[in-house]
Amino acid sequence: MQIFYAIIALGLIGLLFGILLSMAARIFSVKVDPRVDKVKDVLPGANCGACGYAGCVQFAEAVVRGEADPGGCIPGAGDTAEALADVLNLEVGKAEALVATVFCIGDNTKAVDLFIYDGVEDCAVAGRFNGGFKACGYGCLGLGNCVRVCPFDAIEIGSHGLPVVDQQACTGCGLCVKACPRDLIKTLPRRSNRGHLVLCSSHDRGKSVSKACSVGCIACKACVKACPQEAIDMEDKLAVIDLDKCDDCGACVPVCPPETIYPRTAIPANLKELEKQPLAAGAPESSS
Amino acid sequence: MERLLSIIFIYILVENFVLQRFFGICPFLGVSRKMETAIGMSMAVVFVMTMATIVTWLLFTFVLEPFNLQYLQIVTFILVIASLVQLVETTLRKISPTLYQGLGIFLPLITTNCAIMAVALLAVREEFVFVEAVVFGVAASLGFSLALVIMAGIRERLELAEIPDVLQGSAVTLITAGILSLAFMGFRGMLSL
Repeated sequence: MQIFYAIIALGLIGLLFGILLSMAARIFSVKVDPRVDKVKDVLPGANCGACGYAGCVQFAEAVVRGEADPGGCIPGAGDTAEALADVLNLEVGKAEALVATVFCIGDNTKAVDLFIYDGVEDCAVAGRFNGGFKACGYGCLGLGNCVRVCPFDAIEIGSHGLPVVDQQACTGCGLCVKACPRDLIKTLPRRSNRGHLVLCSSHDRGKSVSKACSVGCIACKACVKACPQEAIDMEDKLAVIDLDKCDDCGACVPVCPPETIYPRTAIPANLKELEKQPLAAGAPESSS
Repeated sequence: MERLLSIIFIYILVENFVLQRFFGICPFLGVSRKMETAIGMSMAVVFVMTMATIVTWLLFTFVLEPFNLQYLQIVTFILVIASLVQLVETTLRKISPTLYQGLGIFLPLITTNCAIMAVALLAVREEFVFVEAVVFGVAASLGFSLALVIMAGIRERLELAEIPDVLQGSAVTLITAGILSLAFMGFRGMLSL
């Protein structure tokens, strides 16, 4: 008889909890918006955080709630925005596609090294050590902090000791921009690669720049005077070209004494191209 | 009242569940690496342990004992604890998503925490009345939390200390736990029920 009590008691307790659980699951069910999943499927899924949210799922939730702009996904750019618009039946402004660009061309043949650095392979560490091994305090140390942080393998250090952005693979997420301790990388609008750039970040005075690097901006202002569009300004001893004003006339290129200005089309689109034709070797052609 | 106070004191310090009774060593070592997770786990344990003690005590007194089925207590308690954790999880997810996210993975982990089972079994064996059993559950979980928080504090500091190669990792953690346990033995015999 005992055993029947046991079986019944245990069975009843089990049944009771089972019913309780299924009721709880029914009553307290959390409705997950099915659109969140759809949005998530459309996103690139790299969890790069360029949109300002922790990851793609959080961004998807925010988009569905209407808090985030569906065009905010920078790696996905226009395509993702359009796909999102389909899912959500929304009109969206396209996110502008960006591409990372390294603002230093002082490679190991052009920039002077002060000493041989044999420490930790980290730009921030090397930069703190006696101000970095390069004579130029602004130049790229080429130890690859940007390479390590890139989720798309779109940036590599070439044999010349500088990072090269694979413009096809780069999504413009901007992680390398944040990772570079010397702020040498900027994301620029792709817009069919238009415009010229001063590929230097040195704010040193002309004399010390030319001692440290043969291709650094020496702040001579020749380009400022040469530009018919008045697109070039001096910002703390560094010439900066306003891409919105630049019309690719190329007037600034021949007047630059250290040859620091290049049309964006001359920047190698990936490592292979760079090895075929190094940036500074061929005279930069202007696309007038 | 005096008895309740001494239950609290005994099960937080004298008979500390982790450091004296050696229950729940797994989460004690597993989630004590960071203070943040340690506190999350502690909160979850306080919550579940109290609930579990209440439910198991009621079940034992009003179902198992009258039918002379005391020998079923372990099976029953496993059932209770597992469903309770599940119940708490679904409820919490709806009622307080913030707390749910805070407790995170610790809730399901507690299902297999032997300290919970021990509380349920001990509350019955010590023949506590209902109020005593509840206080016992709270005190035991607070003792668990205390041990976990102390351990997390020490381990956070150990991260910065220079530890000989042979002792690194779990070795130094286990030694720390042992010394901590020895320290708590100082409370032995201070008070008993």
